Amino acid sequence: MSAQTGTSVQQQTVTPRHKHKSGKYIVGYLLSLVLTGISFSLALTHSMSFQPLIVVLVILAAFQIVVQLFFFMHVTESDGPAYHAMGLVLGLFFTFAIAFMSVWIMGFNSIVS
Amino acid sequence: MWNEGPMIWTSDVLILLTSVGIIGVLTHFKKWKWLWDEWLTTVDHKKIGIMYLIAALLMMFRGGVDALLMRTQLAVPNNHLLTAEHYDQIFTTHGTIMILFMAMPFIFAMFNIVVPLQIGARDVAFPYLNAISFWLFFFAALLFNLSFVFGGSPDAGWVSYPPLTELGFDKGPGENFYLLAVQITGIGSIGTGINFLATIFKMRAPGMKLMKMPLFTWSVVAASIVIIAAFPALAIALALLLLDRVFGTHFFTMLHGGDPMMFVNLFWIWGHPEVYIVILPAFGIFSEVVATFSKKRIFGYSSMVASLLLISVISYFVWAHHFFTMGAGANVNTFFAVASMMVAIPTGVKVFNWLFTMYRGRVTMSLPMWWTASFVLNFLMGGATGVMLAVAPADYQYHNSYFLIAHFHQTLIGGTVYGLLAGMYYWWPKMFGFKLDKKLGMWAMVLFNIGFYVCFMPQYALGFMGMQRRMYTYPAGMGWGTLNFISTIGAYLMGLGFLFIVIEVIYSIKYGERDLTGDPWNGRTLEWSLPSPAPHYNFAVIPTVTERDYWWELKENNRTHELRPKAETLKSIEMPKNSARPFLMGVAFFFAGFGFVFHWLILGFAALAIVAAIMIHRALEVHDEYAVPVDEILETEAATGRL
Repeated sequence: MSAQTGTSVQQQTVTPRHKHKSGKYIVGYLLSLVLTGISFSLALTHSMSFQPLIVVLVILAAFQIVVQLFFFMHVTESDGPAYHAMGLVLGLFFTFAIAFMSVWIMGFNSIVS
Repeated sequence: MWNEGPMIWTSDVLILLTSVGIIGVLTHFKKWKWLWDEWLTTVDHKKIGIMYLIAALLMMFRGGVDALLMRTQLAVPNNHLLTAEHYDQIFTTHGTIMILFMAMPFIFAMFNIVVPLQIGARDVAFPYLNAISFWLFFFAALLFNLSFVFGGSPDAGWVSYPPLTELGFDKGPGENFYLLAVQITGIGSIGTGINFLATIFKMRAPGMKLMKMPLFTWSVVAASIVIIAAFPALAIALALLLLDRVFGTHFFTMLHGGDPMMFVNLFWIWGHPEVYIVILPAFGIFSEVVATFSKKRIFGYSSMVASLLLISVISYFVWAHHFFTMGAGANVNTFFAVASMMVAIPTGVKVFNWLFTMYRGRVTMSLPMWWTASFVLNFLMGGATGVMLAVAPADYQYHNSYFLIAHFHQTLIGGTVYGLLAGMYYWWPKMFGFKLDKKLGMWAMVLFNIGFYVCFMPQYALGFMGMQRRMYTYPAGMGWGTLNFISTIGAYLMGLGFLFIVIEVIYSIKYGERDLTGDPWNGRTLEWSLPSPAPHYNFAVIPTVTERDYWWELKENNRTHELRPKAETLKSIEMPKNSARPFLMGVAFFFAGFGFVFHWLILGFAALAIVAAIMIHRALEVHDEYAVPVDEILETEAATGRL
């Protein structure tokens, strides 16, 4: 890009600075498929009782997030300020707030029914 | 379509005639190629912004006609101008259109037109994605409006609560139109949020530190954060309801352990942040307008930034105030009541900062400034009634009454619409190279503003008198007749105000004052350093920023020549190529939506396959940029007298 001055923060288009080999994407894709497949089959076959099932699903979901972040979003690579780290923290904050508060709000349901 | 009575038939004929007219004009003036090359395939943020603006104004017309029909129906007791079913459809489309197909594209118009120019960038971070976002919105709006003449409009309110919207109670395709259209435009909105956050964080001109950014850009940061975190909740809620309706799942039916309240919960996790999404950019616009027309730097810049970001975070902890009366415990209601009231604090900070900026400034009352001044009074009242509604015990009284209707119209019209109109007037010369006529604009402003109070003040009273929202008619003895009649007069005054804006635009195209300097308002930020309209590459040379309000500082110190390009230092500029794929993707999404609306699953999935094919085609594209040669830059810059 022309007229590119100074540090990397001011680059004029977001061009991929790092060359990614397609192998990494394929591994990530397969991993996420496998993780999704396991969750689906566990839920569909009712192979566990409810509460342990939820725990296992949450753990699998956490792995899924890790796979997405490392294989597709390249969370470890950055130039310039680590905006994406702040974004991740804020995103996690919102996610947990929404999830736990929904459980809290909907708690009345168990009392009603 | 065939059995819906004279009102719809007339609309059918009008739509047909308009379409024939448009096609005729385009063919007669041989503009098809121009339309395709310059607009439909463009990835230029300025053109995309203009298309958003036109679409938003058209949708404001459609939503406004809905509003007038409703007010006409309610003008007198026992009125039967509309049937109950038709009335339900009209308030549903009014709400959906005004929020998702008017306010959202209007803020995106402002994002697109202003942000890259303000931060000294040549385009957004992902121009191609930007075009996709626009076409998704455009074809979603088309799909939604198609319901009007084809199959019946949605009629369960813009919130679309189950079980009312489950198949058992709502067979028709109207609800499917709503679910799919909103889903498609929502995907586009997420794209826009990501795009502008990346643009602002990654593409600022050298030297423009975060705390040197103009406040409008800051407001776009805040709004984009909210978009990215809120819209997925809506996407999930709509997708689950669609699965219930199309594939017979039971997420929101009690039948197999589903819970309809979960939809309400998910909807408002998006829905309340959404009203901040549309108000935050308006706050940014007011900050720009007030500073420019008071000829002062904004009072309390850092507190403005802090309050914007604070609002964007607090907005996630207020959603349960939409269902205080649902039956959740006192602790839940207390938490959400307090959080809702807390939003008033940063908002109050902002209002006082605007007032302090005007205080002892040399204030010029131009049109943007008039809209800003009318906003302050409006928002004061809207905010105060908002805090009244946030008091959970009192909300049991106001819940679903006209008091609530008056409150949210006062914040959404008095805040968002006034702000966006102020922004439209303010940046109009930058978009089109001429100013909008002030005299006609004043007529519009005065009529709209008076109309607003005449329309909505009676509704606060009606709320206290027990009138509930979504009533299609009411008996004569309730004592509501007079106030409703006054309210209807106000609605027509607002309609007249809108008409004046249309006349003003048409008049100004011919007679409006041309902007030859590029800086008609004596502005403060970088976009005013460019000619109007800006060349397609924006900046021939990217400026190096050293202060806040950089353009103003340069003018104060007679250093404006520093931003002029110099012939010997110009280099060729790489710009993104136009592409037909975003448009085609929109078309494919339209057919996918249409297929699922009518349960034509083959059409739906086939169209989705085309979407996938387009994405793969894009993934294999290598050269998506081209170089603008130095000669062309020289020629363009010389034509505007900058060399």
